[in-house]
Amino acid sequence: MMDIIGDLINFHLIPGIVLGSIYALGAIGLTLTFGILRFANFAHGEIMTLGAYFAWTLVQLTGWHPVAVMPIAMGLTVLVALGIDRGFYKPFRASPTIMLVIASFGMMLMVRSLVQLIWGVQIKTIMPGIQMPLVLFDWLRISPKHIIIVTSAVALMFAVHYLLTYTKIGKAMRAMSDSPELARLTGINTEAVIRATWIIGAALAAAAGALLALDTHIQTMMGFKLLLPVFAATILGGIGRPYGAVVGGLVIGLAEELSSYAWIGDTPLLNPGYKAGVAFAIMVAMLIWRPSGLFRGKVY
Amino acid sequence: MEQAYGNFLYIVTLLTAGGIYAILALGLNIQWGFTGLFNAGIAGFYAIGAYVSAILTTAPSVRHLGGYEMPYAVSFAAAMIVAGILAWGVGKICLRLRSDYLAIATIGIAEIFRLILKNETWATNGPRGVSQVPKPFESLPEPWNALAFLAMVLITVAVIYILLETARKSPWGRVMTAIRENEPAARAAGKNVARFRMEGFVVGCMLMALAGAFTAHNLKFIGPNVSDPLTATFLVWVMLVVGGSANNKGAILGAFLMWTVWSATELLTSRLPDDWAIRTAYIRIFLIGLVLQIVLQKFPRGILPEQRLTSPAKAPGATGKTVD
Repeated sequence: MMDIIGDLINFHLIPGIVLGSIYALGAIGLTLTFGILRFANFAHGEIMTLGAYFAWTLVQLTGWHPVAVMPIAMGLTVLVALGIDRGFYKPFRASPTIMLVIASFGMMLMVRSLVQLIWGVQIKTIMPGIQMPLVLFDWLRISPKHIIIVTSAVALMFAVHYLLTYTKIGKAMRAMSDSPELARLTGINTEAVIRATWIIGAALAAAAGALLALDTHIQTMMGFKLLLPVFAATILGGIGRPYGAVVGGLVIGLAEELSSYAWIGDTPLLNPGYKAGVAFAIMVAMLIWRPSGLFRGKVY
Repeated sequence: MEQAYGNFLYIVTLLTAGGIYAILALGLNIQWGFTGLFNAGIAGFYAIGAYVSAILTTAPSVRHLGGYEMPYAVSFAAAMIVAGILAWGVGKICLRLRSDYLAIATIGIAEIFRLILKNETWATNGPRGVSQVPKPFESLPEPWNALAFLAMVLITVAVIYILLETARKSPWGRVMTAIRENEPAARAAGKNVARFRMEGFVVGCMLMALAGAFTAHNLKFIGPNVSDPLTATFLVWVMLVVGGSANNKGAILGAFLMWTVWSATELLTSRLPDDWAIRTAYIRIFLIGLVLQIVLQKFPRGILPEQRLTSPAKAPGATGKTVD
């Protein structure tokens, strides 16, 4: 009996939580840009890829643990994101937001091709070697890297919570997400809010990329593969709702991993090749049933 | 002489692919140019068309579904119908929401379809794809088979162009523009916005599937790479935006122009040493992305801007002013 539960927990539940916290970090940034700048940022996945590659390079240069270099990788990614905004998104501030969607769509390919040009397309690992999992009660196995990933993600989520709740810029961000016109009328510096949004979004995206790299490996398509589940988490949680994004990310991550568990009989419930389809199915269901998401986000 | 003949065949191949891209760009033009719908999953509908037509026409094979050996007319129609039904389903869910949702859902559909192509090996032969797809006119002697296929593609482009121009100038086309420019006003005028949007989306996707079917027969092989978002979705967007969205001539011009640039640069980079050839391939993608950004920012109306239909009385001086 313990074996069966152990199997469920070790191979599906824990990986689901790990993946879910990575999705959550990506979705917080996406939901903030969607809520404040009012466009679906297709380049968000590539920002995650960039964060992972910065982290990899820093680990090669310093030999430190990936989590130790993560703040530097986040900082570098933020600089790139601010540069992209200045050069490619800012000219469209007064245009219909669909222009930003096209611009971000183009940016997706530009960033990816640059990553491929600089780092090549071979799969890389950020932490070579296999770590032995910790064994508890004979049946529970937790890999140390999973503990590190979830702890880092939770710490970052608390930091965002503090920022949005107690700081002036965080309050301004929430105000602008709720009503841009009212925010402008009350004298909020919208450009400063937009800058803060890119800083938080890119930093969390970079962290998500680096943590995913720590969990598995690095490849140039990783961001594109993350895009769909992260969008699904954003819509599930409700657009412009960072707490919704956290819940959405966890639900999507758990649903993806639990879908391949043998719930009935001995074969996986869903062919693992279709894992990526789970996020899409949940997203479509939400769009039909409740487009505002679980946390009553915005619907455009 | 041999060199000249080789060049001639190269140009025929170039024009054939360019014509297929023109069909894709015209399909996207209905959706984005006329209706204002953002389809980020062109690749999905393109791939559906390619696979449906390939499976319906190939000889029996143990490796994939097939052996129906249908005539081309049937397989082309089937490709368009299947894509149309799928587009209807996507539209039903997403068209009531803003364009961003349609963009996300279409990119999702394209990815799901890629998963199906890779995983359902009994039907699609998985990553190895469907080979020995028959090609129309292939029994003709050498240059004539390629020329006949090219003629078929170009005539299709011309027919679609004429149909779309007629539609654009008809009341239907004017309603489409009205919805794109000012949806509440169109609604207030009693137009069924949802139905018009759905029509634009479905027709566009059906054209994309037709382009996919042509590609499958043109290459005589089809694999999951056909749904590569780079060449099947992104390049089409660049073509339409550069050529001029909401202008059918612009869509066709953009398709041939960007396809020529894309192929010519590939020809150049493939002659470089191996290491550099791989690197320059990425530079090429980066530059195409940059072209899109520059056109979007500096020349948002493209090479051939939209021609607005104005009432005859006001025609002089009233044309050429567009709302970007």
